[in-house]
Amino acid sequence: MTMSEGDLAVAQIRFIRRDEIEAQPPPASLIGPLAWLRDNLLSSPFNIAMTVLIALLLAWIIPGLLNFLLIDAVWTGVDRDACREVVQHRVIGACWPFAWERLAYFTYGSYPIPERWRVDVFFAMLAVGVFWILWLKAPRRDLAAYYFFIALPVCSYILLHGFEAIGLPLVDTVLWGGVLVTIVVSAVGIVVSLPLGILLALGRRSDMPTVKLFSVLFIEFVRGVPLVTVLFMASVMLPLFVPEQYSPDKLLRALIGIAMFASAYMAEVVRAGLQAIPKGQFEGAMAVGLGYWQMMRLIVLPQALKITIPNIVNTYIGLFKDTTLVFIVGIFDLLHTIEVSRLDPKWATPVTSTTGYAVAGIFYLTFCYAMSRYARATEARLAKSERR
Amino acid sequence: MKRIASILALAVIFGATSASAQTLKTVKDRGILHCGAHGSLAGFGLPDAQGKWAGLDVDMCRAVAAAVFGDDKKVKYVPLSAKDRFTALQSGEVDVLARNTTWTSSRDTQLGLNFTGVNYYDGQGFMVRKSLKVNSALELGEASVCVQQGTTTELNLADYFRANKMKLKTVTFATSNEALKAYDTGRCDAYTTDASGLYSERLRVANSADHIVLPEIISKEPLGPAVRHGDDQWFDVVKWALYAMLNAEELGITSANVDEMAKSTNPDIKRLLGTEGNYGEQLGLPKDWALNIIKQVGNYGESFERNVGSGSPLKIDRGLNKLWNKGGIQYAPPVR
Repeated sequence: MTMSEGDLAVAQIRFIRRDEIEAQPPPASLIGPLAWLRDNLLSSPFNIAMTVLIALLLAWIIPGLLNFLLIDAVWTGVDRDACREVVQHRVIGACWPFAWERLAYFTYGSYPIPERWRVDVFFAMLAVGVFWILWLKAPRRDLAAYYFFIALPVCSYILLHGFEAIGLPLVDTVLWGGVLVTIVVSAVGIVVSLPLGILLALGRRSDMPTVKLFSVLFIEFVRGVPLVTVLFMASVMLPLFVPEQYSPDKLLRALIGIAMFASAYMAEVVRAGLQAIPKGQFEGAMAVGLGYWQMMRLIVLPQALKITIPNIVNTYIGLFKDTTLVFIVGIFDLLHTIEVSRLDPKWATPVTSTTGYAVAGIFYLTFCYAMSRYARATEARLAKSERR
Repeated sequence: MKRIASILALAVIFGATSASAQTLKTVKDRGILHCGAHGSLAGFGLPDAQGKWAGLDVDMCRAVAAAVFGDDKKVKYVPLSAKDRFTALQSGEVDVLARNTTWTSSRDTQLGLNFTGVNYYDGQGFMVRKSLKVNSALELGEASVCVQQGTTTELNLADYFRANKMKLKTVTFATSNEALKAYDTGRCDAYTTDASGLYSERLRVANSADHIVLPEIISKEPLGPAVRHGDDQWFDVVKWALYAMLNAEELGITSANVDEMAKSTNPDIKRLLGTEGNYGEQLGLPKDWALNIIKQVGNYGESFERNVGSGSPLKIDRGLNKLWNKGGIQYAPPVR
């Protein structure tokens, strides 16, 4: 086949591009803050309405909050006069010197001052344990579980309660208070409730009638009674039946009540996860010859726990805040120490109570938000297998 | 109410078994006094910034510990709510109840308590704004009063207004905090609660100087420590701990001059401080029981001024709580 003259001419003027064309920026309507606004906040009439509503809500709350907590707040002072409008002749927000003076009380309660270093050591040990077990790149994570579940509880007990043989005087739990009690109560609840909850959930699905009956009764009874009632029973009724010298410590009673309570809720959360695992997984595990505990440990629980992480953390956050209920049985947790401090006549002003509650709010918000963020990260990490 | 009564009846039965009749011996063997206290009442029982308990009722506990052990620090304070304070005493969880408790006939009899004396004569009073130009509660005829609901305070208020044929307009709130806030923002003309409480509440309003406490006291609220029925020796110990403080004030013995006073030749002082006679032994206590109380806790006047009086932010007037020879009704039998 030959090319005619004319064809050749056409071929010469044909344009064949040999290098890639440079990418054009997207149209202005699709990028930049304006487009983001349009896509995310103003995409539909309903969305616009929601945006306006939320903007109004924020405009209503945030300036007041900032004014109270920062701009109008009092930062220095020695007594109530520093935080009184009639003395200072200006609008008064939060009274921070009050919170500052009471900070040690909020942290340790009535724990004897010369012994408070023991609480600090406990906090440090707990922080190390938490980081070790939660931070994935930490060295020797295989030892972390032993440290966290065996060494830490034993050391904490010796440190906080005292052990006279090694020169640590006993400190009665009546003197414990503030953040110390809040952390101890929630840590015990959190650490005890997961293993106990898993056992109860397995028990409830068990084929053995006694185990099943016990688990069902325990879960339904504990879930059916308000926590306040459990605490009241433990603190008011128990001493009536047990002679004074044998009755368990008040804090211990509350700890047991809370741990039982959290376990029952945790059991139902875990059971929901077990329910969601397809039958094929159980049958497959049995077909390759795994026993009951191997099947649970290697095949079922890892999957079940993974899908229940949001609920487990939800239970933990609920538990962390429920610990404030110990205050009604006369245990000085953080909220109770704040409640007591706001009554101190030395700092009696119209803003003292609000300042105290703001401290409590900031504390609980920080801890619960941290828990929730860590859970989100864990979820994302474990969900990678499904995105592949 | 019936349920509470039956629980308390149960408490009495079980209490009798667990709380032996020999409280003094139990306390001595244990080495520490268990004292039921308030824990959240300014001036009476409240932990300070160091976590140390302070207050008029707390001083009562310290005085008993000083008398028994010679050391006012050997006290374990058990914070009790109004609801569980009596069961805690009955069950033996605490040895003494010094928690702002009003002495009434039914508590003295039905609940199986013995009140050992009165460490503070309280009563319900009124606070009003100065601008209202009212000088007596009897002029509150058309005024509205903020009060906490469900308390004896509310009932006393109704009784008082009915007895004086005045028209009552109450505004009730679930907590005293809300009631006070409402009063402070002008929703009512007057605020009522126990007089000792009025002084601490007055510090909490926007401008304390704009408010006054009216002179009328419309109810009798004798507050005192209590012990269980059936142990007269312990009853005596707690009773005389308070009397020792009152007698010390009457005789002019203070925590500062007690060592000097121990050399005094005044027979009343010698008997109280144990340099003459065996009055401590008669109580089952050491000879210097009262000396230890005065040295470590102070006399009644010192305790009063430090916790609720002029030495405290509350600045409560001593009023009825002055000694009998100074115009009040605090009176203690002599040691002899």
